[in-house]
Amino acid sequence: MTRTPNSRFFGRLDGDIAGILLLAALLIVVLPLGLDIFRLNMVGKYLTYAFVALGLVLCWGSAGILSLGQGIFFGIGGYCMAMFLKLEASSPEATKIQSTPGIPDFMDWNQLKELPWFWEPFHSLTFATVAVVAVPALLAFIVGLAMFKRRVGGVYFAIITQAFAAILTILIVGQQGYTGGINGITDLRTLKGWDIRTDEAKLVLYFVNAALLIGCILLCLYVRRSKLGRILVALRDKEDRVRFSGYDVANFKIFVFCFAAALSAVGGAMFTLQVGFMSPSFVGIVPSIEMVIYCAVGGRLSLLGAVYGTLLVNWAKTMLSESFPELWLFAMGALFIGVVMVFPNGLAGLYQQFIAPRLGRLRPRSGSGAGAPIIPPHTAAD
Amino acid sequence: MFEGYSLAELGSIFAMQGFAGLILFSVFVLMALGLAIIFGQMGVINMAHGEFMILGAYVTYLCSNFISSTAPALFPAYFFIAMALAFLASGALGMLVEWAMIRFLYRRPLDTLLATWGLSLILQQIFRSVFGAREVGVVLPDWLMGSVAVTDTIEVPINGLFVMGLTMTITVVIYAVMFRSRWGQGVRAVMQNRVMAGAVGINTEKVDRYTFGLGCGIAGVAGSAFTMVGSTGPTSGQLYIVDTFLVVVFGGAQSLIGTIASAFTISQAQSTMEFFLSGSTAKVLTLLTVVVILMLRPQGLFVLKVRR
Repeated sequence: MTRTPNSRFFGRLDGDIAGILLLAALLIVVLPLGLDIFRLNMVGKYLTYAFVALGLVLCWGSAGILSLGQGIFFGIGGYCMAMFLKLEASSPEATKIQSTPGIPDFMDWNQLKELPWFWEPFHSLTFATVAVVAVPALLAFIVGLAMFKRRVGGVYFAIITQAFAAILTILIVGQQGYTGGINGITDLRTLKGWDIRTDEAKLVLYFVNAALLIGCILLCLYVRRSKLGRILVALRDKEDRVRFSGYDVANFKIFVFCFAAALSAVGGAMFTLQVGFMSPSFVGIVPSIEMVIYCAVGGRLSLLGAVYGTLLVNWAKTMLSESFPELWLFAMGALFIGVVMVFPNGLAGLYQQFIAPRLGRLRPRSGSGAGAPIIPPHTAAD
Repeated sequence: MFEGYSLAELGSIFAMQGFAGLILFSVFVLMALGLAIIFGQMGVINMAHGEFMILGAYVTYLCSNFISSTAPALFPAYFFIAMALAFLASGALGMLVEWAMIRFLYRRPLDTLLATWGLSLILQQIFRSVFGAREVGVVLPDWLMGSVAVTDTIEVPINGLFVMGLTMTITVVIYAVMFRSRWGQGVRAVMQNRVMAGAVGINTEKVDRYTFGLGCGIAGVAGSAFTMVGSTGPTSGQLYIVDTFLVVVFGGAQSLIGTIASAFTISQAQSTMEFFLSGSTAKVLTLLTVVVILMLRPQGLFVLKVRR
């Protein structure tokens, strides 16, 4: 970053803010006008992954901590919301044909006679909303505390988060009576009596989602521009020097990991609301590492790049899976190899290299729109 | 969880489950040996290791089909031919991958992780296009069928015994290659101090390439062994990769003894618990225990002292 730390946050219409306004215009005006509700809902689904990608930009791009378990937090956030919606859909009147009315249908199928204790609080929307953020953040705090205080990082951290993603998936699939098993929690209907399955509801939820995303981008931008954000970059590049300067490196890492977890969880909750179900297929190893590629394609250093990258990869996935399903894994594999070997700074890097200089010629002040300076790949990776 | 079983029954259960665990242990060890060599020596995280194993399994499958149709007389011994071919195929692919991709990514372990994950996706899709999405199995020759009755209640399948014997042989061979041969000395020299090894005339690039090839080749042999105890599908390798990484990390990345010890612990724990609890609970408990122990002891069970 080229700004001084005390430059005011919204002080002037600089490149980042201009970029965010452009994204906001695209999401809130252009896409709703140009797409039918089915496709718009799909874009809304993609955008929920962008929350995860934002978290990864901070966690991996800024602080150099690669978590391969972001699906855990996406999933927990989604499940918290799904549990509330499922309880509302399982009122005693709606489920009177079950042998135990008033509990979710999958519990009835698994011969459960009463609601498990940890489902009880999810009758309250307030509790569910708080839990969406608090449970993943708490989990991330515990994992982060255990690992970063012992200076476990890099590859070991990545593998252990991956193991956690595996554990959680096996747990959810195995405990069918409590979690809905492999099918997940399905058949969600209303939110406080408001039917979330109608087209109008989907439109409203899309706008809520887009607004939340813009809010989260601003929040991330604030974090990155704060002194904290600079310390994160410093500890990514030379961790020992930060430690010798008297900072407790672990605390910063724990904070950014929890923050990324909370962001992912918000995305998960919005996913449940818009798509109408939650299942372990969004939790495991494969979806978690796919989320990393969203961020990497956009550019691991750029907040806006992450959003565009998410949209682009998911759009390509839908298009290819519809017409050439066998090509998709080739494309995905090539993306992984490509972003590592050919364009480590993703779309944002390409933008800065090729488009920004030309824009700069048109305008007196160069647009640093997509975010951060290009750094050599070897410092980004270690 | 033990009520309802007599002491003799419990003894038999533990023996049978212990043996089932030993087969899992064999697959773990063969996978983990290659992974440990690659990770320990070069700091490369090879997420495509499972796919190298599956390549070996498919080579074995092809080989068994080919030999049973063209030279049935050789069929009882086809497995040894298949194993050699599997080693060569996976090893050659490994060296190609090292030359095309990995050598640009040394010192960037996280990037090798992502790139090899991409490679694993591509290989999976190739397997699916070539061999189909259905799982395939090989026909075992007669002498590998059946089981040996040790007592009235304990039976040991012969193919399991064979796989274990194979694992032990390969482990001894790897040990000899790594710790008793001139070439292994070079590998260990590069592992401990790359610059110095280069300065005394070891061609470190060549050592890297052959080491990566060796690791992948062992994975191919693991795949060969895998066909004897399970059927092979395009994504079978992915099921084992995280477990195997935990085995390697748990054992201490640079110690072969540690890798074997941790493979033994993890496979035995999982297999014994599987009988008394459901399979998924056993797996969750095993993985969780390993992860918690790793949090308490991040360097793993056995540590080789290396100056960095």
